Amino acid sequence: MTARQRKAFRMALPWLSALGLFVLWEFVCVVFQVPESILATPTATLKALVQYREAIWLNAGQTLFTTLVGFGLAVLFGLALGVAIGAAPLLYRALGPLLIGFNAIPKVALVPILVMWFGIGTVPAIITAFLISFFPIAVNVAAGIATLEPELQDVLRSLGARKRDILWKVGLPRALPYFFASLKVAISLAFVGSVIAETVAANNGIGHLMLVASSSFRTPLLFAGLVVIAVLGIIMYAAAVVMERRLAHWATRGTDGGLHGGG
Amino acid sequence: MSEPFIRIEGADLTYGEEGGVLALQGIDLTMQEGEFLAVVGPSGCGKSTLLKLISGLRPPSAGSVTVAGQKVTGPLKIVGMAFQNPTLLPWRTALENVLLPLEVVEPHRRNFRADRRSYENKARQLLAKVGLTGFEDHYPWQLSGGMQQRVSLCRALIHEPALLMLDEPFGALDTFTREELWDALQALWLERRFTTLLVTHDLQEAAMLADRIIVISQRPGKIAAACEVNFPRPRSLDLRFSPDFNALLHEIRAKIDVARQVPLSLGAA
Repeated sequence: MTARQRKAFRMALPWLSALGLFVLWEFVCVVFQVPESILATPTATLKALVQYREAIWLNAGQTLFTTLVGFGLAVLFGLALGVAIGAAPLLYRALGPLLIGFNAIPKVALVPILVMWFGIGTVPAIITAFLISFFPIAVNVAAGIATLEPELQDVLRSLGARKRDILWKVGLPRALPYFFASLKVAISLAFVGSVIAETVAANNGIGHLMLVASSSFRTPLLFAGLVVIAVLGIIMYAAAVVMERRLAHWATRGTDGGLHGGG
Repeated sequence: MSEPFIRIEGADLTYGEEGGVLALQGIDLTMQEGEFLAVVGPSGCGKSTLLKLISGLRPPSAGSVTVAGQKVTGPLKIVGMAFQNPTLLPWRTALENVLLPLEVVEPHRRNFRADRRSYENKARQLLAKVGLTGFEDHYPWQLSGGMQQRVSLCRALIHEPALLMLDEPFGALDTFTREELWDALQALWLERRFTTLLVTHDLQEAAMLADRIIVISQRPGKIAAACEVNFPRPRSLDLRFSPDFNALLHEIRAKIDVARQVPLSLGAA
């Protein structure tokens, strides 16, 4: 293979593996004669995607909206919290166990409470997406700031640098790669949060659509919903990767730059 | 003799709370302005702690440290530092890394935006002196270990500190690169005469560069011996092969061996 062919092959590889998965899926359904009501074939799923495209489009838009708003809030709050607990060890000491405990609560258990407070619909989905995705951002940013080399701190302190200088000149830039790494995790989690809330308590969104499809035994539509969520997740992940390469190119040097395990 | 630039009197330094590790004990040391002092000793003896003590990054548990006539109570602001690990910022180019102290230290900090061009020229000149012309816009990860260490040295000197602290700066480099950097450091020192403390475990390095060598004993670190190095400057690398140089190395070597044995013989008594 020439270098160019090899590159083309590398580019095509994720698509080939996705195609392979669909072929295998189809093959298993046909050979073992799996009833469509249990496992829809990829072709049936594709048909459902086309047939219900309007409903899917609308509901996917709703899910994308709640996910992005929740994710946006998580970025703001997670960043602020991460900087605070990364820069102030005492605050970390005070809040660490609380945060860990909170993170251990399955967020689906919070949805009924959110419904009691805000009713069914968009708000609980946004809040669930937010609650589930701020934690990895905060923890990563805090780690990036707190793991500053002691020698570098000595260099800066012996120049008369204030805490704020050290944070601004070194801590924050240093935390950037950690921040972007956490965004890739957080955006996927935000989707999980939105869909969970929609499945439990909403009148629209992909999660709601799937719940409706399930109660009327429209299995292909259910799988179509899954595929849509997965595709949206990949697109958002890719967007995070592009941002990362723009803003923290020095940290991703030498790596392939692909969707690390996310393709 | 004029009033010494650095004066340490009866300083102890304990790590941790009371009953912690006694890292340095009864240190008495003076340094003249512009002197180049090398600190040698077994690893873990508190050599690096001595740097932290003088630069005010750690207060003494007892005794006092005076620099430039002022009692040291917090981190000094006239210090440049370089370590074995170059600790360059990977998101900054070599030039931007060298400029970092000017963005932090007064009075440059105030003028930095307005005078950026002239500061950049100064940094370029300094980088040129250590042989890094053409590498100003490279990122640290595009530079070899020796080049990174040169940049680190420039960063330590760009704000023209009165005091340079070097903590085994060449320890991780290969022999040839290390020798090149000795030359570079010596040239800079001869030109600017900043007071320098070099912590090293390399006796050749100490004897090549310093005016005076002190030997620190095993923990708790005490000054076990001192010796003057009177070779004329500039010192060439050939000096290392002269009989005088080797005699000096033997002398220090012997003093280190004695320093090692002191706690042992005390233990046996």
